[in-house]
Amino acid sequence: MGETFAIKILSRAAGKKVSEGEIVFVEPDYILTHDNSAAIIGKFESTVPGGRVRYPGRIAIVLDHVIPAASSTHAAGHKKVRDFVREQGITNFFDIGTGVCHQVMPEMGLVKPGSIVVGSDSHTCTYGAFNCFATGIDRTEAAGIWITGRTWFKVPETINIELTGGFNAGVSAKDLILTIVGDVGAGGANYMAIEFNGPAVGGLRISDRMTIANMGIEMGAKIAVFPANILTSKYFEALDIKITDAVWSDHDAEYARTLEYDLEEIIPVIACPHQVDNVVPVEDMAGMKIDQIFLGTCTNGRVEDLKTAADILRGQRIHSGVRMLVAPASREEYLKAMNMGIVQDLVSAGAVVLPPGCGPCLGAHQGALAPGEKCLSTANRNFKGRMGEKEAEIYLSSPETAAVSALTGKIRDPREVLK
Amino acid sequence: MNVFHYPQNDINTDLLFPGKYTYTCSTGPEIKEHLLEDLDSSFSGKVQPGDIIIAGENFGCGSSREHPSLGLKYVGVKAVIASSFARIFYRSAVNQGLLLIQSPDAVDYYTEGAPVAVDPAAGEVRVGDRIFSFPSLPDEMLEILRDGGLLNHIKKIQFARGDGA
Repeated sequence: MGETFAIKILSRAAGKKVSEGEIVFVEPDYILTHDNSAAIIGKFESTVPGGRVRYPGRIAIVLDHVIPAASSTHAAGHKKVRDFVREQGITNFFDIGTGVCHQVMPEMGLVKPGSIVVGSDSHTCTYGAFNCFATGIDRTEAAGIWITGRTWFKVPETINIELTGGFNAGVSAKDLILTIVGDVGAGGANYMAIEFNGPAVGGLRISDRMTIANMGIEMGAKIAVFPANILTSKYFEALDIKITDAVWSDHDAEYARTLEYDLEEIIPVIACPHQVDNVVPVEDMAGMKIDQIFLGTCTNGRVEDLKTAADILRGQRIHSGVRMLVAPASREEYLKAMNMGIVQDLVSAGAVVLPPGCGPCLGAHQGALAPGEKCLSTANRNFKGRMGEKEAEIYLSSPETAAVSALTGKIRDPREVLK
Repeated sequence: MNVFHYPQNDINTDLLFPGKYTYTCSTGPEIKEHLLEDLDSSFSGKVQPGDIIIAGENFGCGSSREHPSLGLKYVGVKAVIASSFARIFYRSAVNQGLLLIQSPDAVDYYTEGAPVAVDPAAGEVRVGDRIFSFPSLPDEMLEILRDGGLLNHIKKIQFARGDGA
């Protein structure tokens, strides 16, 4: 029997053949933390007072969650991080405005095919788009890895998802991954790896793969990973990085389950409150009035997503009953969107552009909801209270659905417009 | 001793600790104020050391924030017994030294008011008149749990080796 991606990459990292269920110790290539670094520094300093981090070159810190600082408490946290990176010689530090950590990490060449990255953020699994074994850990573990340089993994079983066909007009990667999350369930891939295979994988853009891998955690998955192919090579060529360590499963790898999706059969869907696996066709929700639309985040804040919205909104006005917030995923993506005239289109249509970062996704600032309000968001979570108010409702959709709904202030099937 | 029973599945980290406080609260006392706020607003006022939580499947799903596990450890929760746990929360609980017991049978058997007792050394949980055994953690994790969490474990190892950091 052949081996999965997870077995192969963890065998290489552990320096021995490993099998599913085994605990292995590895030294991750990078450890990502963000605004939470301030709290991690506190843990680090109380564990090893006056100590140095084990591998300063493997630490990456991106300030993205509450930027610019919403209060002096947040500002003090950011300052603590800036002081620490200077003292410790941490050069992979990206201050406010660089972007959401999961966009910045690949942009800066810190995520490579065949590498292992951990992050104190659950959506670290996004880097599976780049053939990377990437998963979330808590703050305490990040502090531990800063000190020791290593951590442990249980070698996971793998779910294989076979993709065929191509999307119809008005349907995109977000609809696919929401459909999969709805089928598998919020805990259906708990502790497991997910591999995406099949002929349709080659046709998915890097941005699509990131949208899909990003939401692996919404099924509980440890990693959600794609093979490296020609688009991956092109992405890294542009960064002057040669791919040397890509890994993929054998054709006869043994999977816990295999699921098959024909992209032609995917329709626009929406995740209703208050769970990501509460997925229904958009047409079932059509006509429901919404108060706020949020386009952005590590799930759908890339130039491809902004362009999708701009193409729909160009020359039109957002409905007066709804406000639309847009947060580009990074400065790079923001600049691309500016150069393409996309920002002009969105702002002319009435959208409010926020700085590149997490924006209102986690409810700490910028665009919090009032009790009873409904938000249609391209983010990845609709948990109760997620956007700062437990009596508000969050609906998750594709950029296509978000943009067409902005024109009427009501949820609307994008296939009415995109044909 | 209180037993807090939350039978629903997929209790996520936002319910256990709202995201809006994650960058302004990080110590035990700060976290306690908002612990389980959007799930059970009376929890923080009632919880006592030695209390037990019983919940359904996929407890702790969502964010990697450690406020839920750190907070539950801080207030002295003896164990969370659930049908299953989300991966990052499970790992985080070990890192905080918080005991998690995966026992769908014990959860199913529990009825409101039934006495619950936990014996970690024996790997047993008693619910009413029945005893359920739960599997021991792998040695690597057990060591972290016994040392009172990951950072205490690291301190111990470094002290034993005479290391600086």
